[in-house]
Amino acid sequence: MTLLDIVAGPFIEFGFMRRALIGCVALSLSGAPIGVFLVLRRMSLMGDVMAHAILPGAAVGFLLSGFSLFAMTFGGVVAGLTVALAAGAISRATPLKEDASFASFYLVSLGLGVLIVSLKGSNIDLLHVLFGNVLALDDASLILIASIATVTFLAFAVIYRLLVAECFDPGFLRTIGGAGGAVHFVFLVLVVLNLVGGFNALGTLMVVGLIVLPAASSRFWSEGIGLQIVAAAIIGIVSSVVGLIVSYHLGLPTSPAIILAAGAIHAVSILAGPNGSILRQALRAQHLRG
Amino acid sequence: MAAPSILCRDLTLSYRRHPAVHHLSGRFAPGSFTAVVGPNGAGKSTLLKGIVGLIRPDSGTIEVDGIRRTEIGYLPQQAALDRGFPMRVLDLAAMGLWRQSGAFGRISGAMLARAEAALDAVGLSGFENRTVGSLSGGQFQRALFARLLLQDSRLILLDEPFAAIDARTAEALLALVGRWHREGRTIIAVLHDMEAVRRSIPETLLIARDPIAWGPTADVLTEANIDRSRRLTEAFDDDAEACERPAA
Repeated sequence: MTLLDIVAGPFIEFGFMRRALIGCVALSLSGAPIGVFLVLRRMSLMGDVMAHAILPGAAVGFLLSGFSLFAMTFGGVVAGLTVALAAGAISRATPLKEDASFASFYLVSLGLGVLIVSLKGSNIDLLHVLFGNVLALDDASLILIASIATVTFLAFAVIYRLLVAECFDPGFLRTIGGAGGAVHFVFLVLVVLNLVGGFNALGTLMVVGLIVLPAASSRFWSEGIGLQIVAAAIIGIVSSVVGLIVSYHLGLPTSPAIILAAGAIHAVSILAGPNGSILRQALRAQHLRG
Repeated sequence: MAAPSILCRDLTLSYRRHPAVHHLSGRFAPGSFTAVVGPNGAGKSTLLKGIVGLIRPDSGTIEVDGIRRTEIGYLPQQAALDRGFPMRVLDLAAMGLWRQSGAFGRISGAMLARAEAALDAVGLSGFENRTVGSLSGGQFQRALFARLLLQDSRLILLDEPFAAIDARTAEALLALVGRWHREGRTIIAVLHDMEAVRRSIPETLLIARDPIAWGPTADVLTEANIDRSRRLTEAFDDDAEACERPAA
């Protein structure tokens, strides 16, 4: 068996592998700018929280109409946005800090979501919702993921400068009359959309990994935001390919394999990336004269 | 170009009902250059925030005349910014061109050339492509001045612009501010260095929550006035009753 057979064989032979690959590539591409800005805004954990928050909404969709893509997606978007906005509002109106407020919401959401899924479905259904089923992506799911990626790219093209300004110097944006709050809201909507798009493929718990891990790794490869986004996209795609191939040959579950591949790249980035990694700091060359 | 002016009428700005600026009345004249001085907690930064519109008056009014609020050039205290942000120095300066570029417009070559010229004017040429994280505190402050320069505002508010920078840099930046003043812009600067204020700034507002004195610097910064301002108690009185001073 040649290397080519090992790498390309599964994708040539099986349609479901090709579909999984396309879905993961689309998710990696649109997740890259989302992840980079989540990390920049110190919201990496908020991504995780919102992924959990989607669960009860998707579960209600599931309860009402089974594995209906539309119902679960719609429910997920509504629940995710509600939690994001409610948690933000509570932290502004009361002394509770935003992270504590987010944490309480997501714990309740997780409990509620698992409860609702178990009301109707079996443990298998619960596993599907939590961990996804990337090897069974149908046309409708692929179209949904691709559409969300398209919307994400268009939206970023429009809000990019505002978002950078709002992250770096929100006070400046406020004094010149820029709509910082609106930009933050659009960004939250995009986060929720991507999480919902991804949860079909990778499951609510795993999808954040494909968004945040490549972004967190990318800062070890580049200094600029634009290049970090490109690096994150490449890391996401490589993780998807490696994860799919490994899971195919070793018979491992797919979404954990993808996330672990991203985790391995993250470890390599921390150890040996060109920008601020441990190795780079250890190998610091003789200092210059000026 | 007519310089903007600011009229405060019996202005009170407060945090949770505790006044930080208390019953201030007076006018920053068109083209004036005023230093705002006073002890810590005297309400200096609060006053600037009120003028920009970041906080609303509790009572009284601030009328900004001759310029829209969103056109004011405002340099806040440094601490708030994330210095580790992956942004180039040139891009930071170019934010000052926001009024020309807008949120969506293209930044042309000519605009970038202006941004480079502004960095040059504050002594940061050669730093264009470095990230802001690689700048020292004083260099970062100069980059913010370059942004302010590009904003080209006729009303400029500076909140402790020279805190934590060395004397030479402070002098160079103060010279830049002096040039803005001669160009007819209205300038208000919160400052700590009384000597520098005496030397180079024509008007002074001395406050300790309540206004102490406001006018030509030499008349304001007298021993008696400064002594009065020092008697300000920094802590708010938790048992303070509602202020019943009648509106002026």
